[in-house]
Amino acid sequence: MWDYIKLAVLGAIAVLAAIAANYAHDLAYMVNALTVMLAAAATFVWVLRGTGSPRAAEPMHEYNDGVVRAGVIATVLWGAVGFLVGTIIAFQLAFPALNFSDLAQGYLNFGKLRPLHTSAVIFAFGGNALIMSSFYVVQRTSAARLWGGNLGWFVFWGYQLVIVLAATGYILGATQSKEYAEPEWYVDLWLTVVWVAYLAVFLGTIIKRREPHIYVANWFYLSFIVTIAMLHIVNNLSIPVSIFGSKSVQVFAGVQDAMTQWWYGHNAVGFFLTAGFLGMMYYFVPKQAGRPIYSYKLSIIHFWALIFLYIWAGPHHLHYTALPDWAATLGMVFSIVLWMPSWGGMINGLMTLSGAWDKLRTDPIIRMMVVSIGFYGMSTFEGPMMSIKAVNSLSHYTDWTIGHVHSGALGWNGMITFGALYFLVPRLWGRARLYSLSLVSWHFWLATIGIVLYASSMWVTGIMEGLMWREVDSQGFLVNAFADTVAAKFPMYVVRGLGGVLYLTGALIMLYNLWATVAKQPATAGASSAVPAE
Amino acid sequence: MDNLYSLLREFADSWVLLALFLFFGGVVIWAFRPGSRAVHQDVAGIPFRHETRPAAPAAGKGAAAEEALK
Repeated sequence: MWDYIKLAVLGAIAVLAAIAANYAHDLAYMVNALTVMLAAAATFVWVLRGTGSPRAAEPMHEYNDGVVRAGVIATVLWGAVGFLVGTIIAFQLAFPALNFSDLAQGYLNFGKLRPLHTSAVIFAFGGNALIMSSFYVVQRTSAARLWGGNLGWFVFWGYQLVIVLAATGYILGATQSKEYAEPEWYVDLWLTVVWVAYLAVFLGTIIKRREPHIYVANWFYLSFIVTIAMLHIVNNLSIPVSIFGSKSVQVFAGVQDAMTQWWYGHNAVGFFLTAGFLGMMYYFVPKQAGRPIYSYKLSIIHFWALIFLYIWAGPHHLHYTALPDWAATLGMVFSIVLWMPSWGGMINGLMTLSGAWDKLRTDPIIRMMVVSIGFYGMSTFEGPMMSIKAVNSLSHYTDWTIGHVHSGALGWNGMITFGALYFLVPRLWGRARLYSLSLVSWHFWLATIGIVLYASSMWVTGIMEGLMWREVDSQGFLVNAFADTVAAKFPMYVVRGLGGVLYLTGALIMLYNLWATVAKQPATAGASSAVPAE
Repeated sequence: MDNLYSLLREFADSWVLLALFLFFGGVVIWAFRPGSRAVHQDVAGIPFRHETRPAAPAAGKGAAAEEALK
């Protein structure tokens, strides 16, 4: 019976999407409607083929690792795509001819590819890493199978559909121009559905847990899921111009809209890229080090301090704008106060290794995690410093901001995810060990040197640019034209692009290493989990 | 509408602020409560207990919650 309902719903979605594609007002909407139609049709056929055949009962004495394996594959592949696009747009800035504006009619310009890069690395790479690792961690720390049966698979495929719709939409011109929230109204609605399902799966697993205590990693994951839901809904309040078009109009206007956007934007950093990834840290670092977290008390205080403070920090993105001064000052103060809990968390992660520091020499995976925590500490110092108004008047709108974001994203988010991937793949596919530890070392050094090149070149160019913008002569006239700063930045842009090449190369080495771990090594005897993902 | 905003603003940076501070202070005190050391040492070991398989069904808090879900 349930199968017939599914078939009816999927069939209706496919037909409605076809009708919507027919009436589409713009190309992006039409392509997205056709994508939805194909996805619904493919799912329809898949459900149809399974209808009527007897189902095996869900093996409640095993963890649901299939969806985690799929998530690992998606994380690695989207990561490679995101880093590649990032490297391309870095070189587009250095060599504008690489936009190929005539050849591609502007469709591959920096302005189109830049949101593609940010969404690919944050939401496709980071999002898949968070979803798959949260599914892995919540099962292990709750000692219970993932709740909801195939709902976890719905979350996985639904999220991939969000990514594909958003990415094709950007290239074809569907964007609401909100940074990190570019997808238009129908993608936002679909993401809301997927996210509610994600919350249900995660919370359902916690509710049926067999451990009386909810481990701290799950607190971080849960706060990430709940807060992102709230941020996403409020920041995307908009009214579509037509149900058959991608264009929508924001409900907020002016400075209210700006404040809502940066309340969203900074908390996307705080809860997506920080709280969620701290959930990863609090599980994978103790596991890889083979010892419990340094101080569980500190982790509790870390959690609550972060939750209470982060939500106020957004206004520091709007210093010296139409935003009232008191709001900007509030954002600045809370950003600075955030420094302490952030470093508390960093110390907690690093000190977990106390008594096992020798592992830094022998285990490149733990080295990756430690560097990641180091970058977490560095960028959570740099961020509060840049939020101070006097510093911000120099740094804002310059490349320093981009350098800051990348030392956090490449260093903290990227490295902790690589560490988790190296930890997970042998376990999920039932292999005794990774294919090659020396390749992990290669990845480690390429990535670390890449980040150093990236961050230092952006420091130099950012501060130079900020100083050039404010330079006035004895008569009070500005000395430099904007184009002068662009010309002066060229060498740093090339260095930044090279840093990106190194980071991308490291990620491709990881891709090969993880593939070889599964494909070139025999499964360990008795590994029940040694089935490949779909 | 202006009045409602002023009222809420007044409320937010007085009583609500105090309540949030008290809650946070309470959390910190709760984390340092006597006897928490043994509990925290126990729960810090959670990642090392059920690496490969869920816990066997048994009577207890988790099992009761699972019944409630059905």
